[in-house]
Amino acid sequence: MENSISVKLKVWRQANPKAQGEFITYELQDIPTDTSFLETLDILNEQLVEKGEEPIAFDHDCREGICGMCSLYINGHPHGPATGATTCQLYMRRFKDGETITVEPWRSAAFPVIKDLMVNRNAFDQIQQAGGYVSFNTGGAQDANAIPISKVDADEAMDSASCIGCGACVAACKNGSAMLFVAAKVSQFALLPQGKAEAKKRVKAMLGKMDELGFGNCTNTGACAAECPKNIKLSNIARLNREFICAKSSD
Amino acid sequence: MEENLKNNVAQPAIDSKIPEGPVAEKWTNYKAHQKLVNPANKRRLDIIVVGTGLAGASAAATLGEMGFKVLNFCIQDSPRRAHSIAAQGGINAAKNYQNDGDSVYRLFYDTVKGGDYRAREANVYRLAEVSNNIIDQCVAQGVPFAREYGGLLANRSFGGAQVSRTFYAKGQTGQQLLLGAYSSLNRQIEMGNVKSFNRYEMHDVVIIDGRARGIIAKNLVTGKLERFAAHAVVIATGGYGNTYFLSTNAMACNVSAAMACYRKGAYFANPAYVQIHPTCIPRHGDKQSKLTLMSESLRNDGRIWVPKNIEDAKKLQAGQIKGSDIPEEERDYYLERRYPAFGNLVPRDVASRAAKERCDKGYGVNNTGQAVFLDFSEAINRLGIDVVRQRYGNLFDMYEEITDVNPGELANEINGVKYYNPMMIYPAIHYTMGGIWVDYELQTSIKGLFAIGECNFSDHGANRLGASALMQGLADGYFVLPYTIQNYLSDQITVPRFSTDLPEFEEAEERVQANLDKLMAIKGSRSVDSIHKELGNIMWDFVGMGRTKESLETALEKIKDLRKEFETNLFVPGDQEGMNIELDKAFRLRDFITMGELIAYDALNREESCGGHFREEHQTEEGEAKRDDENFFYVACWKYNGDDEKAPSLLKEPLHYEAIKVQTRNYKN
Repeated sequence: MENSISVKLKVWRQANPKAQGEFITYELQDIPTDTSFLETLDILNEQLVEKGEEPIAFDHDCREGICGMCSLYINGHPHGPATGATTCQLYMRRFKDGETITVEPWRSAAFPVIKDLMVNRNAFDQIQQAGGYVSFNTGGAQDANAIPISKVDADEAMDSASCIGCGACVAACKNGSAMLFVAAKVSQFALLPQGKAEAKKRVKAMLGKMDELGFGNCTNTGACAAECPKNIKLSNIARLNREFICAKSSD
Repeated sequence: MEENLKNNVAQPAIDSKIPEGPVAEKWTNYKAHQKLVNPANKRRLDIIVVGTGLAGASAAATLGEMGFKVLNFCIQDSPRRAHSIAAQGGINAAKNYQNDGDSVYRLFYDTVKGGDYRAREANVYRLAEVSNNIIDQCVAQGVPFAREYGGLLANRSFGGAQVSRTFYAKGQTGQQLLLGAYSSLNRQIEMGNVKSFNRYEMHDVVIIDGRARGIIAKNLVTGKLERFAAHAVVIATGGYGNTYFLSTNAMACNVSAAMACYRKGAYFANPAYVQIHPTCIPRHGDKQSKLTLMSESLRNDGRIWVPKNIEDAKKLQAGQIKGSDIPEEERDYYLERRYPAFGNLVPRDVASRAAKERCDKGYGVNNTGQAVFLDFSEAINRLGIDVVRQRYGNLFDMYEEITDVNPGELANEINGVKYYNPMMIYPAIHYTMGGIWVDYELQTSIKGLFAIGECNFSDHGANRLGASALMQGLADGYFVLPYTIQNYLSDQITVPRFSTDLPEFEEAEERVQANLDKLMAIKGSRSVDSIHKELGNIMWDFVGMGRTKESLETALEKIKDLRKEFETNLFVPGDQEGMNIELDKAFRLRDFITMGELIAYDALNREESCGGHFREEHQTEEGEAKRDDENFFYVACWKYNGDDEKAPSLLKEPLHYEAIKVQTRNYKN
C-alpha cells in the first residue's frame, strides 16, 4: 500500500475550442499507487496553481464511476487501461514507475473540445431528446405490479440501461459512431412492455438524430463494446438493427 | 457569542402553513382546496428550476408537462450527471408487496422515529402517502427495477425498518431513477416546454418587490454572467456535505445557490443535522479528493465487527495479521450485541457512532485505527458466492478496484469454517438533513422561492433513513411542488414577463461581478483546495460525529481565521474570460466557509443530542443520544444578518405532533 511511483504525464492542452492545441509533458514525483488517476491530475493542478499557471481542465464529478462525466483517452484507451471501469476508477497501481502516460480528450467530430481535456457532449442529450423516453405524463401510471415482466427481460433491460453516457464508445470507434449509446437506450425500452407502444417511432427518431449530428455509422468492429466502462454488450447493436429494420419495413 | 445567539431570538412568527385536519387527511384536504392555474394561463407563466437531480429533473419535467414554461439549469455538461445518479441502494415505498405488515402509517412512523422526532409530522405523512405513486411512475417510465421470477417487483431491507420496502435496480437505483426523470425531462425539452441550460451555475437570486423573480447565472464555458427572469424560482441544488471537503458528494456539489437564497433572507433550517454514513471506504491519504460510499444494502448480508481483544486490534493496525485470521469467537459484532432487535440494520447515525466508539477505544482495524470490518463470510457460507455476487457483485468490484482487496475471495479456514476477506469501512459525511427552510408548500421564507429535494430541510428530521432521499427528491418533484406552486402562481397570472433590464437585475449582477473581481484581485499564495481542505479538517475534527461546546467554539474561532486567510491569501490564476475552474471553486469556497460557521452555530445552540447531531455532553450512560424535548422540540431557523461575519439570528418553528407519541428512540428490542 505504501508504494509510490514517478510518472510523466503528456497532456493535451488547448485554451479554447478554436485554439491550436499541443501536448505538454509534466513530471510528477512520488505518487502513492493507491491514488486515483484523477487525484493525480488534482495533484498536478495544485502544483500548476502554485506556480501561477492555469490548471488543466477536465470533466469529472462523482468520482465513483456512475455519473459519466469523466472521459479522457489514456495511453490510447478511453478511460485508460482498466476494463469495465471509468477514468475516475483508475488507480495509479495500474502504471509503472517512470512511465509516460499520454492523456488526450475524446477525439470525435461530434464532441468538439471546449478546453484542454474537456469536450462538448451535448449531441448525446439531443439524441435522447429525439426519442429516449416513454411518452406519458406524471400521475397517469397504473399500479407498478400491474404488468409482470420476466426477470430475464428486466435484468437484460437493466444491463442495457447501465450506460452512463460518457462517450467512450464514440471515442473508441474508428467511424465515430454512437451506435452503442443509441442501442443501449433502444434496447432497454425494446425489452420492456412500457417501451413497446412507440418503439418504431423511437428507433427511427434516435438513429435519424445520430446521423444528423455528425456521428459516423457502424461497421461492427466492436471497439465500442470492448472499451465500454459499463460493459454494454455488442448484442445491443444487433437488437437496435432488428428494431430499425422492423420499424422501416412497416413504414 | 452564546448570549448573542439567545438575545437574537425571533421577531417574526414562523408560519409552516400546515393544513387543518387529521394527519392522514391533510394532503387530501390541501389538494381539494388549493388554487389552481388553468391551462391557458400556465403557458404565460415561467418557472426557473435550478438543478437536475431527482428533485430538479422531476419537477422541471412535470411542470413542463402541465404546460408551464420552464428554464432548467445544471452545473454539469448534461442533466443526467447530477449527483442523485450515484445513489446506490434503493427507494422506499409503502407498497406492502411483501405482505410483511407495511403501510403508509408505518413508513411515516419509521421516518419520524428514524429522524429522532425532529421532522415535521405533516410533511412526513405526505411523503409516505405519495411514495407509492413514485414506484408506479418510475415503472411506467421504463425504470428496470429488480424483479422476482414471477415477474413482480423485488424488495430488500434498509436500516431503521423491520419490513422490506426498498425497491432497487441493482446497486444503481439512483442512476436508473435519475435517467427516468431525465427521459421525461428530455421529452419536455423536445416539446419546447423546458429550456435546458447546461454548464451554468446560479450565482444569485433576484428579488423584486419581495418576490423571487429570477436568477443571475454564470455560463461556465464563456465565463459570462447572464440574467434570467421568471414568475417563480425553484432551487433543487442538493446538500452541503462538501463543506467538510471530504464527503461522498460529487466534486461539483456545493451550497452556493442555497447560500445566495440565505443571504437574500431565506431562513436556513437545522444546519447541524448532517448525516455521517457508516459504510464508506476509509481515508487513505491527504491527497484524497473524495470518499466512496459502499451501499447500505450491504448491511442486509454483511456483518460489522471489530476484534474482541485489543491485542488483535493492535496486530491488525501494525499489519501483522489480517481480518480473516481472527476466528468467529474472537470477533465482536458490536451492532448485533448492542442492538439485538435491529442488529446490523440500525439507522445510520446509530451505526456510525457505534463505529466511532469502538475505534476511539482502540479497536480500529487498519493502520490509522479508523476502520471497522464489514464481513460477508457468514453470508457466503450460507448462500454461496454466486448468490452473494448477484446481490452485491458491482459493489465488490468497486471495492476491489479502489482498495486492491476482493471481498469475495476465500482467505482462510479455521476449524473448518471458511473466512473471506472482509471489507474495511468507516463513517463519512454523506447527506445533509438541514437545508433551506420551507413551509408545507415547499416555499421558502421568500415569496415565490421554492426549495425541493436535499436542499430543503423538511422531511428527515435529525437523521435520514436509507433509501429515503430518492423517495423525497421524487416526491417533491413529481407530486408535491407541481401542486403547491400553483397555489402561489394562481394570483400571478396577470403579471407580465419581467425584463432582465430592471434595476434589480442590474444590481444583483453588479454585486456578483464585484464578488468575482474581489476573488481575482486577492492574488495571494494559496490554492482554493488547500484552504478548502483546511476547512474540511476543522469541520471534521470539531463539528463532526461528536461535538462539544468547547469544540464548536474552537471551530467558530478557527473558521473566522480561515475566512481572513481566504480573503487575503487566496490565489486564482487566469482571468475571467472563458472558463476558469479555479475561480468557480473559489466562488463556492466562500459559501462553504459561511456554511461551516452556520453548522457550528446551530450545533452550539442545540444543547441536546438527536439523530446526526451528537453533543457529547448529552448522552445516556450507555452512550446513546439524549434528546431534550422540553427545550429543543423545534426547527432552528437561521436568519442572515446582512454580513457573513455577523452571527445569524435564531427563529424557532415549534413542532407539533398529533399522530405520533414522542418517545426515546429504541432499536434494542
